[in-house]
Amino acid sequence: MELLFQQLFNGVMLGSTYALFALGLTLVYGILHVPNFAHGHMYMLGAYVGFSLITIYGLAYWPALAITAVLMAAAGVILEFLAYRPLRNEPHINSFISALGALFVLENGVIAIWGPQGQRMPNPHPGVMEYMGIIMSQQRLLVIVSAVILIILLQLFIKKTILGSTIEAVAQNPEGARLVGINVDFVSSLTFAISTALAAIAALFVAPIFMLSPTMGSLLGLKGFVIIILGGLGSIPGAIVGGLILGLIEALGGGYVSAAYKDAFAFGALVLILAIKPTGLFGKEVKGR
Amino acid sequence: MKDWRNWIKNNWFYVIVIVVAICIPAFMPNRYTFQIVIMSCLMAVGALSFNLLLGFTGQASLAHGAFFGIGAYGASLLALKLGWSFWIALPVGAAIAALIGMVVGIPTLRTRGAYFAIATMCLGEIITLVAGNWMELTGGHNGLVGIPTPTPIRIPGFFTIDFNNQVAQYYLVLIFLLIVIFFMRRLVYSLKGLTFMAVRNNELLAEAIGINTFRTKLLSFVVSTFIVGLAGGIYASLIGSISPTVASIKITFDFLLFTLLGGMATIAGPVIGSFGLLVLMEYLQFLQEYQMIIFGVLLVAVIVYFPRGFMGAFMKIKSKMKKAGT
Repeated sequence: MELLFQQLFNGVMLGSTYALFALGLTLVYGILHVPNFAHGHMYMLGAYVGFSLITIYGLAYWPALAITAVLMAAAGVILEFLAYRPLRNEPHINSFISALGALFVLENGVIAIWGPQGQRMPNPHPGVMEYMGIIMSQQRLLVIVSAVILIILLQLFIKKTILGSTIEAVAQNPEGARLVGINVDFVSSLTFAISTALAAIAALFVAPIFMLSPTMGSLLGLKGFVIIILGGLGSIPGAIVGGLILGLIEALGGGYVSAAYKDAFAFGALVLILAIKPTGLFGKEVKGR
Repeated sequence: MKDWRNWIKNNWFYVIVIVVAICIPAFMPNRYTFQIVIMSCLMAVGALSFNLLLGFTGQASLAHGAFFGIGAYGASLLALKLGWSFWIALPVGAAIAALIGMVVGIPTLRTRGAYFAIATMCLGEIITLVAGNWMELTGGHNGLVGIPTPTPIRIPGFFTIDFNNQVAQYYLVLIFLLIVIFFMRRLVYSLKGLTFMAVRNNELLAEAIGINTFRTKLLSFVVSTFIVGLAGGIYASLIGSISPTVASIKITFDFLLFTLLGGMATIAGPVIGSFGLLVLMEYLQFLQEYQMIIFGVLLVAVIVYFPRGFMGAFMKIKSKMKKAGT
């Protein structure tokens, strides 16, 4: 029983960072209608930027997190401007290929700067708490609490502020949004800024728990797609629920089933779901494109 | 007599290319360069088959490298474990790739656009994982070693062709490449090829005029996995050892890069892209770790400014010059 609770705790921790990551991915999909294949690599870049701020410039964990989020938001705006904006009216396959180009640059850029080997970040909150036999490190608890706060703040921003609702407006109908005077270019930049900042924060949350490596982004990127396809592309609640489900599956699977094919099961399930329902579990019918 | 002259007049460019290709072995400075040329031919075949899917049918399959790997593993295992002749193992290995292509194509081709790309990426990842973990069959992460070179062709009393030298290997891949180019030309300019392009341009419209889009996509998928499987089998036999990296997404990205920079939806594009980029990579050897960054930037720049790649830019200049001439 204790093992089960322990794995559930770890699953919720993992799932909440997945949810943060997938939220950015789904927001961008809503605007662009293109899978942002570089999202996982922005996550990785965020982890490395934060790592450098802490180890080289000697910043404390939380200020470093805030600065990284701002820097990566800027990087997201630049990415959108260079690689996606010129292709907005082209066939979708073009922006998708452009994303792969960006992915090459990011992965190999990080290897060129920080080297291909893994890095370990010092843990800012090494303390451990115990409750009912479950061992909870402070860092993991903080991750869960902060992720929940961030998700609530994001929801409030999108639903309650005018600026936030422009994102939803553009996602629903770009032409209509333009008609009522929304600057679609600005909304695209804003969405990328938020999405990349969320990915960077998620990366820095787990960085002290796991290792950093230049390949950490590509696998997570793929998992991100599994999550948002499960939850329906472009759906915000779907991303949150999907992220938590995947986190729990992985934690329980890692504890009870074989580890070598762990990733294969998640991807296999996705292929199976798409075979039965080509638009994802909670996906709406796709309009003809 | 006149027919013959006309034919030369219309096709002089291709004749020159083929003559140059036949004479290349005489000008190779060393084994290393020669090896790169041989690999370029094989990669060109892979890129051509990828182009059939992406360029002509409009389906971005990210599992193409995995099928290259299945062809490589299939042909090698048949030759190593069952002692089959290369000439039988190669098509059977490719047929296995095509069969798996059909089995996975049926569920994934029901999806469209982004979903298809993601689903095939997941499939590719699964195939790479299996290649790395199925110890008994694939040798795990160490891969397979000692794969025999293609079985010699013997015609008693006349000649024997041995494939343990680079010249013979070069002509093998060259003939293979020419056959594939010829086949692709016939295919894409046939009625079938037109239905491929109809599906690419507008799937719903194609369906409305009576094309079975699912069967069309599946045919394109199976043909292209068969050809890439052949390329994989020859690759394994010439290199002599393989590891799960031959099935990785890296190979898919290479095909994508070659196809796009050369020119999507043209026959010459993927071939020019493969040779051009592999040679360029050699010249950029000193840049090493920055190489892929440069190619990434190139990929974005090409898709933004020349979506049709080198061939597209070439055609544009050609038509402009024609206009200026008249």
